[in-house]
Amino acid sequence: MTGIGNDPTGREPRDADELGGRVRPYTITGGRTRAAGIDLPVEALLQRTERGAQALPAARMERRRILELTVEPLSVAEVSARVGVHLGVARVLLGDLAAEELVVVHRPPSTEGTNQLDLALLERVLDGLRAL
Amino acid sequence: MAPEPDEIVPIPVKIIVAGGFGVGKTTFVGTVSEILPLTTEAPLTEMSRGVDDAGRRTGKTATTVAMDFGRITLGSDLVLYLFGTPGQARFQFMWDDLVRGAIGAVVLIDTERLADSFDAVDYFERLGMPFVVAVNTFDGIRRHRLADVREALALADTIPLGYCDARDRVSTRDTLIGLVQHALLQATA
Ligand SMILES: Nc1nc2c(ncn2[C@@H]2O[C@H](COP(=O)(O)OP(=O)(O)OP(=O)(O)O)[C@@H](O)[C@H]2O)c(=O)[nH]1
Ligand SMILES: [Mg+2]
Repeated sequence: MTGIGNDPTGREPRDADELGGRVRPYTITGGRTRAAGIDLPVEALLQRTERGAQALPAARMERRRILELTVEPLSVAEVSARVGVHLGVARVLLGDLAAEELVVVHRPPSTEGTNQLDLALLERVLDGLRAL
Repeated sequence: MAPEPDEIVPIPVKIIVAGGFGVGKTTFVGTVSEILPLTTEAPLTEMSRGVDDAGRRTGKTATTVAMDFGRITLGSDLVLYLFGTPGQARFQFMWDDLVRGAIGAVVLIDTERLADSFDAVDYFERLGMPFVVAVNTFDGIRRHRLADVREALALADTIPLGYCDARDRVSTRDTLIGLVQHALLQATA
């Protein structure tokens, strides 16, 4: 499913066992399981930037695929499913891309602070569902 | 190319669909979703310490949990994601991450296996997150009175409880509407 990936440590995979993203999901991220300093809820939308578009031709594997897919805003969950990596791996990869300003993150409004969503937003969700 | 300055990026919101094995979560998500439900996996160890040592040695892949999700566009500036997640307490590590910022949850139940839903009901109750309980009417058969289900679940009178046919678009939509109404009520209470 997944390949060798972009190992930020620059390390080459040592054996066939390491090639399988399923077996060792975080190999692609150099063993990191957390996105550095960035909050990425599963529904956060990501979109590549101008710089991201420019970086695409040189990007490899998962990074390349993400930069291709995020031409339209795409959620973290969708990136995970469509690139074929675990949710946690997708978060780390996307966190890196965001830190490099190759993608921008559009966060949902309520992930900081309270669990309470804005009333006006709830009303709009309600209207939208009724119109379905 | 790069996002146009005036391009509208929709606001993402989400609703959780929880419930025991085979209760109809994937069906529910698929019925209302505008995309085929996608599946993503989270390793069971993700929220604790990264790749677990046992997994490395054995190369086992069984330490993952699948979660499926769908999407509903609610206008040019609003998109609703639905996340179907297993309803057993041992998956709670995943819920804590998943439910953050959610509008609320639909707890799907099968009256033949009520106990499967206890964990999810407990969880959302404790969290104070708005939730509704929907009895999936397999084959349209309503085997139990709602009052009896409510009692068996020890569900507070304030928690909406109703029937739902996970294969029916109107029924699933109405269940979601009920949840959002409940969330509004709870937010203004
Ligand atoms: N007759 C009938 N069958 C249903 C209904 N909802 C779900 N099913 C069937 O029940 C089975 C389980 O449904 P799923 O939607 O896969 O349930 P799930 O909760 O996602 O299951 P897991 O992910 O395995 O826990 C499938 O074969 C569905 O086709 C319903 O309302 N009526
Ligand atoms: Mg399922």
